[in-house]
Amino acid sequence: MTTIAETTARRRHAGRARLSAKHREWIAGYLFVLPDALGLLVFLGVPMALSLVLSVFEVNGFGGYSFVGGRNYLRMWNDPLFWKGARVTALYAIMLVPLLYVCGLGLALLVQRTDRFNAVMRSMFFAPHMVSLVVVALVWQFMVVDKIGVISRLTAALDMGGFSFLGDPNFALITIVLVSVWFLMGFYMLIFLGGLQDIPRQYYEAAMIDGAGPIARFWFITLPLLKPTSFFVVMVSMVAAVAGAQAFDIIYVMTKGGPANATSVLIVYIYQQAFGFGAFGYAAAMASILVVALMLVTGVFFALTRGGRFNHEQ
Amino acid sequence: MSSKRPQPYFSRSQVTLVRGLWMVVTAILAFMTLFPLLWMVSIAFKPAAESFSSNLIPQAPTLDNFIYVLTGVPFIRYMVNSFLVSATVTIVALFFHTMAGYALARLRFPGREILFLSIFSTFLVSLPVIIVPLFVIVKAMGMLNSYVGLIIPAIFNAFGIFLLRQYYLSLPKEIEEAARIDGAGYWRIYWSVILPLSRPIMSALAILFFLANWNSFLWPLTITSDPNLWVVQLGIANFKSQYSASWNYMMAASTIVAIPTLILFVIFQRQIMDSLKTSGLK
Repeated sequence: MTTIAETTARRRHAGRARLSAKHREWIAGYLFVLPDALGLLVFLGVPMALSLVLSVFEVNGFGGYSFVGGRNYLRMWNDPLFWKGARVTALYAIMLVPLLYVCGLGLALLVQRTDRFNAVMRSMFFAPHMVSLVVVALVWQFMVVDKIGVISRLTAALDMGGFSFLGDPNFALITIVLVSVWFLMGFYMLIFLGGLQDIPRQYYEAAMIDGAGPIARFWFITLPLLKPTSFFVVMVSMVAAVAGAQAFDIIYVMTKGGPANATSVLIVYIYQQAFGFGAFGYAAAMASILVVALMLVTGVFFALTRGGRFNHEQ
Repeated sequence: MSSKRPQPYFSRSQVTLVRGLWMVVTAILAFMTLFPLLWMVSIAFKPAAESFSSNLIPQAPTLDNFIYVLTGVPFIRYMVNSFLVSATVTIVALFFHTMAGYALARLRFPGREILFLSIFSTFLVSLPVIIVPLFVIVKAMGMLNSYVGLIIPAIFNAFGIFLLRQYYLSLPKEIEEAARIDGAGYWRIYWSVILPLSRPIMSALAILFFLANWNSFLWPLTITSDPNLWVVQLGIANFKSQYSASWNYMMAASTIVAIPTLILFVIFQRQIMDSLKTSGLK
């Protein structure tokens, strides 16, 4: 840290050249940020805005645009498949987020101690996250092939009935959720490990002197002090679930939205409308609704937690 | 829970027992987690007739599946495409992000905080949500079905900028001072002071960027219809629609695609996991 004396000395020393040096720093700053700022603007900011613009247009087969006002939104309102997609998306998120939280935290607690054994275990739990979602989807699809896949035979042997993991509309979405959990839990384990690291050891030691058992320590120390991490995990996993960050690839490969639209999350339906039927305007309208939903989700989170701030002393 | 110190409730031998059980449970869960990947590799080495047998170790291991995938399908071409795209994106992204991170952390200029916040707020925007308008823009720029179209939009993401900025904030102030006294400009400071100091975080980010691009599917799927431009992920996804019953070929192809990423992971697990761990908060 520079002391005040040093700073004032430098200021006096710089004298007349100070103004131009300041401006040079400004220009340098802008130029250094320019490539990334421009790129993010063109490939992220503009698309966000364009989504709203496109949603009031209709695109014909020759790529011509015609203004249709709110017709795309009206169509959405009357489209049962849109509502189905919204329901499936909500279901997916509601199942995925708590499962991920429990699995991520559970694994983190399991391998929390730092030793060689746990280092290996951590890597093993994290390894699925390194594989591409296309491969993940293929491998799982292979394992749950009706009757002869290795997991299908296992469930049959355990007398859980001969149901079809991907062919039965009641199970397909659950299968997709479980595959997503398998892929993501190692990542959230790492995030939770980071959070656990920041909890001071003394708290546990003091609690142990007071005779608190493992469950009491978890309930009264770990969970409350893990609040910021929990907030991050729930928000990021919720946003990813609603946006279909992982779901799209898995569903595209495994079910394409079927059977009977049981796994047709909004993002899959949007993609089909845009790139299957060329309904770019309609797809953009649905995407803007999705963006609004995402903003609501994050808004509610920030409101609930007073801007993501937590009071440790409470 | 940690049982580093002997707990008041248990005797020494009980603690060892609990610890032992704990390790067994952990190991079983870890094996179950890894099982699908082991299964994939196993099937890749099995002849077609053995695809659905339940033994993990192939009875008659064969390389035929790999040979078929590498010769019968333009799989090498897909891999070269994937490699070219991922490597280019990684290098350019590291270059741009270190520049932006340096400016946002160590240079003072008006609007810096707003700029950082707006970059940071794009953190939660994921590709599927903007795929339709992004496609329209990239098409209008004439980048459909081209390497440029595969590469350029993939460069920009807030994650890298954010991590680098945090890293540069943590460097001591004195490091630029000496260079500045020598009369070095900002570019010189960036190039010969900041960049060399960033080596550790840059290697971690390089691996993460490379993996993310090697594994990406949605964007290549959307903008390349020309099979000559296909990346590996598109290759295997398409493979599935052509040979839907030939699981031995598909698992061999999946293994070829997954193995480079897993090898990278085994070598760099420390850096990868550490940099992701710190991405949580702070």
